[in-house]
Amino acid sequence: MNPFQYQRASAPEEAIHAVAATRGAKFLGGGTNLVDLMKYDVEHPSALVDINHLSFNQVTTTSDGGAMIGAGVRNSDLANHEIVRRSYPLLSQALLSGASPQLRNMATTGGNLLQRTRCYYFNDTSYAECNKRSPGSGCAAVKGFHRIHAILGATDACIATNPSDMNVALAALDATIHVQGPKGKRAIAIHDFHLLPGNTPHIETTLRPDELITAVELPPSKFAGHSYYLKVRDRQSYSFALVSVAAALELDGSTIRSGALALGGVAHKPWRSPEAEHILAGAPATEATFRRAAEAALTSAVPRQHNAFKVELAKISIVRALTTAAKGVQA
Amino acid sequence: MSIPLCTANDEEEREESAPSTKEPENRSVLDTEISRRDFVKAAGVLSAGVASGAPKLNAAQQAKAAAETAPQMVTLTLKINGAPHALTVDTRTTLLDALREYLGMTGSKKGCDHGQCGACTVLVDGRRVNSCLTLAAVAQGAEITTIEGLAHGDQLHPVQEAFLEHDGFQCGYCTPGQICSAVAVLEEHKRGDLSTVSWQTGETSAPELTDNEIRERMSGNLCRCAAYPNIVAAVRAASMGERS
Repeated sequence: MNPFQYQRASAPEEAIHAVAATRGAKFLGGGTNLVDLMKYDVEHPSALVDINHLSFNQVTTTSDGGAMIGAGVRNSDLANHEIVRRSYPLLSQALLSGASPQLRNMATTGGNLLQRTRCYYFNDTSYAECNKRSPGSGCAAVKGFHRIHAILGATDACIATNPSDMNVALAALDATIHVQGPKGKRAIAIHDFHLLPGNTPHIETTLRPDELITAVELPPSKFAGHSYYLKVRDRQSYSFALVSVAAALELDGSTIRSGALALGGVAHKPWRSPEAEHILAGAPATEATFRRAAEAALTSAVPRQHNAFKVELAKISIVRALTTAAKGVQA
Repeated sequence: MSIPLCTANDEEEREESAPSTKEPENRSVLDTEISRRDFVKAAGVLSAGVASGAPKLNAAQQAKAAAETAPQMVTLTLKINGAPHALTVDTRTTLLDALREYLGMTGSKKGCDHGQCGACTVLVDGRRVNSCLTLAAVAQGAEITTIEGLAHGDQLHPVQEAFLEHDGFQCGYCTPGQICSAVAVLEEHKRGDLSTVSWQTGETSAPELTDNEIRERMSGNLCRCAAYPNIVAAVRAASMGERS
């Protein structure tokens, strides 16, 4: 780990100014990913600006009946918050399926949005080839063992996946990310926040380095009664997703008024599927509909040697998640 | 700045017990008069030289490189088990290393040092966290509770008693982390926190602490001896004791 300056910020402006003024400085939230990557010499911040004492730790109801989640709210607190349990069970389920209780106690909402990939080759600096770590160096995963890698939206430059569960639920729930920088505040739709790799996989989000995530906003919940987060992994607990599905349905009797479907573990960003949602809208809530939606969601999949199993796994996971969501959840 | 788990004594033993079955005609660089320890030391000096001195740098570059590699120190007061401890550490120091290497509290264990095993679990403001991923500087101002702070004198914490009663360990290395984690499980359960098992079973209002719930809630603590059945029994017993 390289030496770094440490500074504790007591106001967002102070934190933003400190990061903007120091080349190579980064914000430090829970540190579960950043400190880990510093130990692996993947991240080398010149300074860490500790944002754990900013008052971004509230979950409130917005005037339109949605929710505003402070960027500093810990994953465990968010998952157990009354508003989230009641109105956004999908988010609670996704959060509780990620990491361990200790890590969820540390990890923040803002930090989880910026969680970096768990690609083995990105995390291991003994591999020289990684376009994410060293732009232009190549991709060791394409030629290597890529069982956990992407089947949707990848390029030969990078086949890494976004490892977050929370992000998949936020994508299905149409979250908005509120950020603040030296030039002021702006709001970014979750679909515009994370990027596909293209030829620049080292650029993962549209957040600028000196911008601080301050809150995540959710629109009023349409899906509280019929949603389900399904995570399929090698181990029952404390493991990253091979495939995960955030399924949410708005039902009118047995007819689907609208549906939201997002996949995790399959792409460089949480993968929302408008193709599947188009099939769900107005269709009967039956297994046949769910199968058609699953086929549509995976039409553009490009499997590679070791991860071809993910295509079928994703399809059956989508059907199972939608079937479970249709049955309803009780919070 | 990772600190190896083995001590100088471990090193000595391994060195002495290393088999010497090398054929004279197949001598490698390691089979010279140089001992393994001397070789490791020499290699360390060599690689340090490569890192700092080998490339030709001008004065400005040298100054910049020196600034980038100079340790940044920070003076802290950590409140551990109710008592304040003042210390000056490199900013890179984790809470775990501060406890073990600076304050001599070696109850919290270093397993993976990457937040994957839970051996380093301590309570910060009553919440269980991985102390290996918590920078010491970040923990300043918080109430830190380690395994050393759970008992009241000779009176063990009920969770410690339960681990003894149910033999919830084998080698014992993960045990301090397991116990700190279990103490938090009981608190989290008491205030009605959910787990992914609660959502799967539909028990989302005051879920009972079933064995499946205990397994899920303790899943951040690995046990390489696989004493899991007894760990689950200990946590179950401790939770029953709390209820009665």
